[in-house]
Amino acid sequence: MKTSEAEQHIVPVPTAVTSKRSTLIAKVVRDKYLLLLLLPGLAYFLLFKYVPMWGVLLAFKNYQPYVGFLGSEWVGLANFKQFFQDPVFFQLIRNTLLLGLYDMVFFFPAPIILAILLNEVRKSFYKRFIQSLIYIPHFISMVIVASISYLLLTTEGGVINEWVLKLFGHKIDFLTSENWFRPMIITQSIWKEMGWGTIIFLAALAGVDQEQYEAAIVDGANRFRQLWHITLPAIQGTIIVVLILRMGHFMDRGFEQVLLMINPLNRPVAEVFDTYVYTAGIIQGAFSYSAAVGLFKAIISVILVFTTNYLAKKAGHSGIF
Amino acid sequence: MNTRHMSVGEKCFDIANYLFLAIVALVMILPVMYIVAGSFASDLEIGSRSFFLIPKDITFDAYKFVFKDNTLPRSLVVSVFITVGGTLVNLFFTFTMAYALSRKQMIGRNIVLNMIIFTMVFSGGIIPTYLVVKSLGLLNTYWAVMLPVAINAFNLIVVKSFFQEIPNELIESARIDGCNDIGVLWRIVLPLSKPVIATFALFYAVAHWNDFFNALIYLSDAKKWPMQVLLRQIVLMATGALEMGTYDPTYVKPPDQSIKMAIIVVGTLPILMVYPFIQKYFAKGVLIGAVKG
Repeated sequence: MKTSEAEQHIVPVPTAVTSKRSTLIAKVVRDKYLLLLLLPGLAYFLLFKYVPMWGVLLAFKNYQPYVGFLGSEWVGLANFKQFFQDPVFFQLIRNTLLLGLYDMVFFFPAPIILAILLNEVRKSFYKRFIQSLIYIPHFISMVIVASISYLLLTTEGGVINEWVLKLFGHKIDFLTSENWFRPMIITQSIWKEMGWGTIIFLAALAGVDQEQYEAAIVDGANRFRQLWHITLPAIQGTIIVVLILRMGHFMDRGFEQVLLMINPLNRPVAEVFDTYVYTAGIIQGAFSYSAAVGLFKAIISVILVFTTNYLAKKAGHSGIF
Repeated sequence: MNTRHMSVGEKCFDIANYLFLAIVALVMILPVMYIVAGSFASDLEIGSRSFFLIPKDITFDAYKFVFKDNTLPRSLVVSVFITVGGTLVNLFFTFTMAYALSRKQMIGRNIVLNMIIFTMVFSGGIIPTYLVVKSLGLLNTYWAVMLPVAINAFNLIVVKSFFQEIPNELIESARIDGCNDIGVLWRIVLPLSKPVIATFALFYAVAHWNDFFNALIYLSDAKKWPMQVLLRQIVLMATGALEMGTYDPTYVKPPDQSIKMAIIVVGTLPILMVYPFIQKYFAKGVLIGAVKG
């Protein structure tokens, strides 16, 4: 503190006409330790988040590794034209949107329903016991979830296929079938994250005013009516915030998961923007082309987030911006 | 609401609800238990019985095979190193920045906050990030799997909100006693934040332990692979042998089921062992963020 006071004297003594500049310097001097603490994080965001944003300009260039980013020539929209003319374009749009949609319809409500059911449990030891079990899959890596799926679903001795054989008389090739790909991915997500997803909703439920329930009971409301008129409206705000945050990841839905479950036989329904960017860019080295694909995807994501946020605000909720 | 008389319908609902939750919990835990059981069983038993939780003849053959050469032990050591080192990097970057952003008087605070929120919506993408890491000369070094993920923006904002809850009087009085901001963070704020540190250390550690994608793209040297990349290679790519990175198309026979199961257990166990110790903290830690919405 002493040094900072000493340095403050160097700054021109504030007069009636204090210039903005001198107060700025005074503030920097006053907050110098805070700014020092800010520095590593700021450097991180600039280097690993903002420099890559500038790097999206690659999409408008023909990147040549040996001449570097600055030396590569501008090609305008050529990369985008090439992408839009590729038949894979519609495939990617369809697969990405359908996976996102399945996600919204089947996966998104799952933790909400589970949290409401858990909240109805009054024996707290039972509630806690169930909770400890359903959180576990969250800590298991996607690679292992995919590995377990392979071991259980394979037609060569997988447990589930043994059961399917007994029940239906034939096996189902879940792993390489186009029809089973999306249900399989969504089931994995629900298995892995449904339990963990309840935490935030249980917190919201814990905040609901208990007197409202008592009043409702006096009025003769049954459990379902209580749910409809008290519980759901009370956690509506949380549901909407989670929904908007999920919309931000609508387009990069399940990237690692798809990358792990994709194979030549299910590729037509499995390939999504990110797996395509990974294969074309990192594996095959078409940096500019795949950067264009990535940028196209990012722009759609941003539009989705802002649209959801706008609609949420229109509907009278707070939104996140 | 516990005192009132329950109708028959409500009792039925309660029973159905308890049963349903038990089934959900079983569905989540049974596959894991089956894999653990299978890792101690012979391949013959896995092939002949469709499902079991206790093997008839318990054998450690699969584990003996897995630890026969040094490939898997080495990747385990790498995973532990990346997890511990990466988590320390995460905590340093996240907590210093979160504290600076929690002090409302700091200049430029709102600009930086908006800058961070923007990164949650828009990102440069895989390719530009890869090229940044490459041009920094980090490819094939462990820094490449630690530095690009040093801060999770969402975690940062939750920690910042937590710091804002600490009474300002406490911080001011420390300052009057001659503490600068670094001292306040170290001596006052961090000791008050143990549950938060434990929670986010766990979150970051889980992310590092389970990460395979960053390692896959940034670490091309197979000797530097962590557990998860090796696991993907062995179980999903059916490389056949434990010789890493040497995909031999002539040798397509995948390793035995029990061996795959043993590798899965080895790759999961360490992180699950930490879980019960930290469980009491993370519910609290998540709530800090959840209540804020």
